[in-house]
Amino acid sequence: MLIPHPLLGLRDAQEFTYLGDASLMHRPDPAREDAVAAFADYVFLRDNPAGVHRELWFHEAGDRSWLVVTRDTTTHEILGAELASDVKLGGVQ
Amino acid sequence: MTRLSKGGLIDRDARLRFSFNGTEYSGYQGDTLASALLANGVQLMGRSFKYHRPRGVFAAGSEEPNAMVTLRDGARAEPNTRATMTELYDGLSARSQNHIGSLERDLLAVNDLLSPFLAAGFYYKTFMWPKAFWEKLYEPAIRRAAGLGALSMQADPDEYDKGFLHCDLLVIGGGAAGLSAALTAGRAGAQVILADEDFALGGRLLAERDRLDGAEARDWVAITRAELDSLPNVRVMPRTTVFGVYDHGIYGAVERVADHLPTPGDKVRQTLWRITAKRAVLAAGATERHIPFADNDRPGIMLAGAMRAYANRWAVTPLKHANDPIAIFTNGDDGHRTAMDLIAHGARVLGVIDSRADAPCFGQYEVFPGATVTGTKGRQSLYAIEITRNGQSEWHSVGALGVSGGWNPNVHLASHHRGRPVWDDALLAFVPGPNGPQGLIPAGAAAGKGGVADALADGMQAAITALLEIDIAAKPIPLPQAENAPAAQEAFWHVPGKRRAWVDFQNDVTVKDIVLAHKENMRPVEHLKRWTTLGMATDQGKTSNISALAVMAELTGKTIPQTGTTIFRPPYTGVSLSVLGGGDTGPHFRPKRLTPTHHWAEAQGAEFVEVGPWMRAQYFPQPGETHWRESVDREVLAVRSGVGLCDVTTLGKIDVQGADAGEFLNRVYANMMGTLKVGMVRYGLMLREDGHCYDDGTCARLAEDHYVVTTTTANAGLVYRQMEFFRQCVWPDLDVQLISTTDAWAQIAVAGPQSRTLLQRIVDDADISNEAFPFMACRELTICGGLRARLFRISFSGELAYEVAVPARYGHALMQRLMEKGADLGVTPYGTEALGVLRIEKGHAAGAELNGQTTAQMLGLGRMVSVKKDSVGAIMSRREGLAGDKRRLVGLKPVNAQKPVAAGAHLFAKDASRDMANDQGWVTSACYSPHLDSHIALGFLEDGDTRMGEVITAANPLEGQEVTVEVVSAHFVDPEGGRLRD
Repeated sequence: MLIPHPLLGLRDAQEFTYLGDASLMHRPDPAREDAVAAFADYVFLRDNPAGVHRELWFHEAGDRSWLVVTRDTTTHEILGAELASDVKLGGVQ
Repeated sequence: MTRLSKGGLIDRDARLRFSFNGTEYSGYQGDTLASALLANGVQLMGRSFKYHRPRGVFAAGSEEPNAMVTLRDGARAEPNTRATMTELYDGLSARSQNHIGSLERDLLAVNDLLSPFLAAGFYYKTFMWPKAFWEKLYEPAIRRAAGLGALSMQADPDEYDKGFLHCDLLVIGGGAAGLSAALTAGRAGAQVILADEDFALGGRLLAERDRLDGAEARDWVAITRAELDSLPNVRVMPRTTVFGVYDHGIYGAVERVADHLPTPGDKVRQTLWRITAKRAVLAAGATERHIPFADNDRPGIMLAGAMRAYANRWAVTPLKHANDPIAIFTNGDDGHRTAMDLIAHGARVLGVIDSRADAPCFGQYEVFPGATVTGTKGRQSLYAIEITRNGQSEWHSVGALGVSGGWNPNVHLASHHRGRPVWDDALLAFVPGPNGPQGLIPAGAAAGKGGVADALADGMQAAITALLEIDIAAKPIPLPQAENAPAAQEAFWHVPGKRRAWVDFQNDVTVKDIVLAHKENMRPVEHLKRWTTLGMATDQGKTSNISALAVMAELTGKTIPQTGTTIFRPPYTGVSLSVLGGGDTGPHFRPKRLTPTHHWAEAQGAEFVEVGPWMRAQYFPQPGETHWRESVDREVLAVRSGVGLCDVTTLGKIDVQGADAGEFLNRVYANMMGTLKVGMVRYGLMLREDGHCYDDGTCARLAEDHYVVTTTTANAGLVYRQMEFFRQCVWPDLDVQLISTTDAWAQIAVAGPQSRTLLQRIVDDADISNEAFPFMACRELTICGGLRARLFRISFSGELAYEVAVPARYGHALMQRLMEKGADLGVTPYGTEALGVLRIEKGHAAGAELNGQTTAQMLGLGRMVSVKKDSVGAIMSRREGLAGDKRRLVGLKPVNAQKPVAAGAHLFAKDASRDMANDQGWVTSACYSPHLDSHIALGFLEDGDTRMGEVITAANPLEGQEVTVEVVSAHFVDPEGGRLRD
């Protein structure tokens, strides 16, 4: 697989480490009343869609940036890749 | 000898000697093992998988199901090699497989008599009872009786390699379509790779007598090859099989670099290529199918197209006796081509048995219209066939029979991304469907356009189309004048009859087996395949799958497309594990990391141990020491009484800088780091978000906005990855930067009561007295006359101790300097064993205690999880299941001090029975403590903190061991910590 790194262009997937569902970026507020339940969901429950999936990849053997990669899990087509920090700071879902 | 007197693409001046089953033969340069054996009148080449039927070569290419041999001898012996793909070389040695006794008199041929009991699904039905017999009797017996070649059981002496290639257009197959595609793209200036599994380019052009521009096709092939070789943007790769299509235009290919040589010499045997292609043309050609009829598996019966290839390319007829007549059985025009080619070569042709009532005739030979072959004779060599027409049968003497049932496009690669082939009623075959891998365009025979003129034009068009998609304008090229051979055929799939008619030769599947599968309701193709093992042999049913589908379709009354087809997965043909491993074997299996003092330790005669990828000194044996314990005990006592040195570079080091560094560390560590004073160090505990302990280490604050944290050796990369995750994905608003500096700094632990004395001798002008530089202090300073260094007063051993870090390249020199300056103090290097004993004596947790299943409370560190702030894992650590865990880290001392405790043993109350219900914990670490002259251990025990002094049992029921132990504090040495602080 080839991942279109937003800074470095097409990079081989072997340079990356896969983490999973990009919802991991949305760590619950520890102050909320139902924090334990929210964290249980956050830690243990992931969507595993057949189709478009936003997921986290770490460019470990590269520039060490975390990317949010949008991938179709049924075809492995990569629909986009962004820096995770941009996504988080931009408030994009 | 059945070699024709002239013709063929063989060099008759280059005679090659070879042996098969110990008999010496000779062939020519350009032969395959199969063609050379046929030229020597050898028809019998192997035994079948299940029934041990005598078998001869059936095809002329990679689809071969029968002629599988073990090539070469000794460690280089390679089983299940197709004789049709083995390029002849001088001195080649091969032997047949799957027989007991000689190939001609195989004792296991008795299996054939048992065939009524060995039908489809027999494994599932027969060997059910008694159950224990399966493992002990049935399976070993079956495995001995059925099978292919055996491995040499020796290490492969040859080298393999991996490589990466990039191109605009990958052309898979070098026949008519592939050559015209490559030439079109090459002339347009595109970066082109042309790969073909054969050693000669040309594909079927070499096997046919088609004429191009009025001359022999091989002339055009040679001219085209020469032009492609001359183009710097084209890479021609013969002997290269593209075996799989992967995501985003990545193709796997194996180049057989030296398989055609006696030994590889200074070459690698094979190279695994990973080809990234913007576009690809699949010009993989087509595979001929046969027509099952009674006893159709005898040596001497082969595909008609293969027979043509042997005659045209290798100047060979597949006869045992040169002048025997040859017959052809066909359902279409293609079989007639073989008859005509054989006649052109001067062979005797009995005639063409054509299933069509209105069969045509294209030359001077007899045609049997509306006829079929209904029987054969000749156990080890065909000598007669029964021809049946309108219910009338008669036997004819023949020496060989060619069978032609039409051609299947090689759709394999086009179905690798679940691309479904679609049925073409006119072609009577599956062709690549519209949903194949992106960027892969089938062309020529692989796309159902098998006529030479069609293939040439289609290959060119495919290249133009593919390149246009990537903005390269390719122009049509002038193609040679060619004609499509007549290719009419009828849908005739098998000859019904009572005797066995083979469909899948390699796995011994007959029409009867398919009928049985139908009766037993194993009708969907996937069930049919698994019930009968059809298409599951090493040839993956290249010559059999479609015929089997047709038989099943007939039985169910459905059409073939309704019956369906299985799709293909990589690899297209077998790929050896050696080449998949590339060069990554033995010491090259994974990189080895050496510490900065590795060579120094080596010179001291240290024993080494693998710690993750690192090689670390385990202990340093001294003259006279005969057992590792002697060395380790000495090293431990030296640290407790004097001073010892240990390379701890392997611990992960992460540099954390920025205005928010303290806040960031507050969030990733369970305990408070933001309040740490500059110039001080704090022990840090890191949790996973699920609340369990993750890692521990030290956190040193060198400046207001600069920390250096350490991780365990094993988790160095993982902790860094996790910290980057939180920095970039969760809190990118914090002003903090991270970098791993594990490799940048060499770090040496200087431990023991004399450690300060020793360090004072190398520190330039800094005051490191107890007052100026107390326990848990850190600072940047210079040593040895100006070398920048970092000094940390931290202790893993429980003694007065420091760790000193210098730029990695000075690690070796620093070790030497410390040894030199501490000689009078008895300075002693120690390894990981002594390090382990020292920390167990002190009760410090390490990997065995931080195994991912333990909590801070269990470690007695519950109060470290700060409730004044949030941190990773803090919330989840308070959930009931974790907070309620009553197991605690304790020390365990055997009542008999000399009795060792085994790590991994489980803990039980003294009189409780040794079962799960009474399990109260387990032993994590154990060692002999020379300081206490006793074996000691650490472990987690239910309510351990309230059971000091209790005598319990550490049991290892697996090995029948039981040790009575006393529960004690985990701190065997200096529980008050006075030694650390002096």
